[in-house]
Amino acid sequence: MFDRRLIQYFDWWLIGLTLMIGVIGFALIYSAVNADDITTQNDLHVKQMIWFAIGLAAMVCTFIFNYRNLDQWGGGIYLVSIILLICVLLYGKHVAGSRRWLAMGPLTLQPSELVKISVIIILAKYYSKRASIRGFTLKELLVPMFIVVIPFLLIVKQPDLGTALLIVLIASSITVYVKIERRSMAWLIGSGAILVSLAWFFFLKGYQKQRILTFLDPDRDPLGAGYHIIQSKIAIGSGMLFGKGFLKGTQNALSFLPEQHTDFILSVLAEEWGFTGTAIILILYLFLLIWGLNIAHGCRDTFGTILAVGVTAMIFWQVFINIGMVMGLMPVVGVTLPLISYGGSSVVTSLIGIGILMNISMRRFMVE
Amino acid sequence: MKSYYKTADADWYKQRLNGLMYFLFAAFSILAIRLFYLQIIEGEEYSRLSENNCIRLQSIDAPRGLIFDRNRNLLVDNRPSFDLSIIVRDAKPLEETVGKLAQYINTPQEELMKIINSKKGGASYKPVLLKSNIGRELLAAIEVHMFDLPGVVVDIRPRRYYIRNQSASHLLGYLGQISPAELKSGRYESARPGDFIGKFGIEKSYQNYLCGNRGGSQVEVNAVGQVVRVLETVNAEPGHNIYLTIDYVLQEKTENLLQGVAGAAVAMDPSTGQILALVSSPSFDQNSFITGISHEDWKALINNPMRPMENKAVQGEYPPASTYKIVTALAGLEEGVIDETTMFFCPGYYKFGDRVFRCWKRGGHGNVDVVNAIAMSCDVFFYQVGQRLGVDRLAWYAKACGLGVPTGINLDHEGSGLVPTSLWKKQKIGIPWQKGETLSVAIGQGYNLATPIQMASLTAAIGNGGMLLKPVIVKSIETVEEDIVKIFEKEQVGVIPASQKTMEIVKKGLWEVVNIRSGTGWIARVDGLDIAGKTGTAQITSRKAGDPENREEQENFIKPHAWFVAYAPAAEPKIAVAVMIEHGEHGSSAAGPVAREMIKTYLVDSELNKKQTTIGEIDPIVQNLIME
Repeated sequence: MFDRRLIQYFDWWLIGLTLMIGVIGFALIYSAVNADDITTQNDLHVKQMIWFAIGLAAMVCTFIFNYRNLDQWGGGIYLVSIILLICVLLYGKHVAGSRRWLAMGPLTLQPSELVKISVIIILAKYYSKRASIRGFTLKELLVPMFIVVIPFLLIVKQPDLGTALLIVLIASSITVYVKIERRSMAWLIGSGAILVSLAWFFFLKGYQKQRILTFLDPDRDPLGAGYHIIQSKIAIGSGMLFGKGFLKGTQNALSFLPEQHTDFILSVLAEEWGFTGTAIILILYLFLLIWGLNIAHGCRDTFGTILAVGVTAMIFWQVFINIGMVMGLMPVVGVTLPLISYGGSSVVTSLIGIGILMNISMRRFMVE
Repeated sequence: MKSYYKTADADWYKQRLNGLMYFLFAAFSILAIRLFYLQIIEGEEYSRLSENNCIRLQSIDAPRGLIFDRNRNLLVDNRPSFDLSIIVRDAKPLEETVGKLAQYINTPQEELMKIINSKKGGASYKPVLLKSNIGRELLAAIEVHMFDLPGVVVDIRPRRYYIRNQSASHLLGYLGQISPAELKSGRYESARPGDFIGKFGIEKSYQNYLCGNRGGSQVEVNAVGQVVRVLETVNAEPGHNIYLTIDYVLQEKTENLLQGVAGAAVAMDPSTGQILALVSSPSFDQNSFITGISHEDWKALINNPMRPMENKAVQGEYPPASTYKIVTALAGLEEGVIDETTMFFCPGYYKFGDRVFRCWKRGGHGNVDVVNAIAMSCDVFFYQVGQRLGVDRLAWYAKACGLGVPTGINLDHEGSGLVPTSLWKKQKIGIPWQKGETLSVAIGQGYNLATPIQMASLTAAIGNGGMLLKPVIVKSIETVEEDIVKIFEKEQVGVIPASQKTMEIVKKGLWEVVNIRSGTGWIARVDGLDIAGKTGTAQITSRKAGDPENREEQENFIKPHAWFVAYAPAAEPKIAVAVMIEHGEHGSSAAGPVAREMIKTYLVDSELNKKQTTIGEIDPIVQNLIME
């Protein structure tokens, strides 16, 4: 029953990169909450390690069975995640004006994280059945659109615009990868542009436009997002070539940085380890993502290839948006840095994603 | 060409991965270039900026909206206050700086250090407030030595100022620091710890209009914490101004009339429901709440037996006494248990079962009809009307006249009063209604309770021919530029359930109260003003307050409450008033003259004041804060 080749093909590179990034994350969280002498939660790095351990367990659970089973389970997983999203809106915990968490005994779950994975699986299932060189036409794309719009609206309602847009980005990446038929592509871009401009000039009220502009350009909100960005830029910039040293970040120490252990964790790294340290992290992520694409390349079936691309896209967009955000290149949205930012749901989801990659990688010798 | 004939198999997909790879490299190049730009090219500049953490946020408080009376006289404004703070991070060496500062402001150094140490644990770049409202002399002393005092800052902040101290305190209300519970409640969106919010009165009810939106600036400071450059500024939006329906002349006059007694008075415009004056006595000093009231002063206010912190005009519930006979008369006439010709003989008492109910006039009133009975306030007549009606029919009329429910004026803790019914008694007390109790209720005693504002709107409704109006306290809310934000229109909430004829009879009675010599309100008449009204003297059965050791005070606290309700001119009233004086003993002698003077003030003297009195000057410094 058990195939010895599974161990032979075990992907040490993948697990090695993942653990390396994770360990750097612990150190950063430790610094983020301890450089400040008056903080109250200085054991967050320990909690993060516990979450990481839980995540690793989840990862193992994700790779022990053959990923091809996901093809059959895709619909069910999707359905469950949608039901959980509805539950969040009905019974979710209110935190700072939004409902994102479901309390399950002592644990809190963030179903929007799970949805990212379930959308990837069901799209891989759909596209792998109908793939053609011509690409997908508008009519064939209706189902995927439907699949994405439901969780998108439910997440926007929470409201959690960052995650909602992330899901659209992931789904679009997969769709572009499996190819959209040329005329359909033109149609999509054309009608999208028309819709956006119609909405802008006729439907959106002044304050709504203001909000969107502020979202796109944080400098318009100098007391809120704009201030966070300028502080983040100062933290990053002042790190210079070699950084100020571990626990020596002054921006970090004085709590000038908002959310320094979650969304803005990279500015702690950049301040304390400078360009050298940050470049290393960038390279580690780049390796991880290339490795993800390499797994897609090594896979022998369409479903697995698309699945691997989807998971890689998920990690890519989070890394890109998060790092772009703290450097002032992107709007300020609540997107975490995978494997590094503090937060249980984020870490567990990332590791489940890694688990899927591992699953595909371990079984690359199997023919359909 | 080959690929066109291929199906979309795994190999085809693998080829497409190349595109993704290029994309990945492009994206990471952007990140790397940006990183290089920030850390290497701009690194020196950002390093300099991070040295002192010199980009800071300074909050700009929004000036709170002003409050005016109906003739646009300024009642509440903002004055500049100079608050002395220290930023511990910048004040180096700390001990020495504080020592010097202590000399300049004549405060022991230990005291200042105590304040600073108590805030230890907070972020060191946040200012610690040492002394608020330091006054211009101290300000000058500090400004001169500013370069000697690193980290010491003086903030100019608008501070609430109630121009006429102790006046209209209950109506305007006061401010207080926001409590942790209020912060969490989510009702104060942009509030922060330490903010002042309305805690009572108009200040509380219209908090969201008054508060405005806070602004702020991103500033760059130097090593001693002085601002060297303002990077970005978001202007504060001042709060909206509120124009009350109050006539200030009448309000102030009424306050003087109630000086030294516990009581309340409400004046209303019967045609619109606008409140012209709303007074509760004794009053309190609102400004003391802003500067911080001492524990002793607060205790004294709370323990004062005259209850200065209560707005008696809307919170106080009292037996309406004989003023309630208006309702009994209406109900009796409408239900047909009496008509205008019905006569009862008053020998000074009325025997009911084995109990004897006394008329307030021991010698009796002789033969009286309903008009005489109202005019002379004959208890015996109304005992019999009540007996014929029964308590529940009477209650129906009382409720239709707006009693037993809050009037809906937008002020805190409004009392609902009480209209007893047989069902109510059974449910609340558990004993069936006794027939004799109906007699007490018919003359406004027994379980009956009403607030002065309820009696004022009831009186206004009789005066205007039957329209029950919701009391309106705010005329309009306007922006600083005087653009209308909201206008409060007249709102009818009910109709007095009485025919024209019934109303005429009751109104005739009310007119005779004041205008015939045997009427109980003769004292309130003014030649040429044609006042109609009704007296009330509320017997008190229980002793609630007072020092049991002090006999005189004890006796004072069992004296009956005095009521007087009135409107004028009788034919087409422009003002309706309700006056209630706790332990005033007689409605006619204690409350009547107050009502008379109020009506006189409004109809005669106030006309002269209609032309705009000088609007209080807004302090130029606050003006600047608004304009900035």
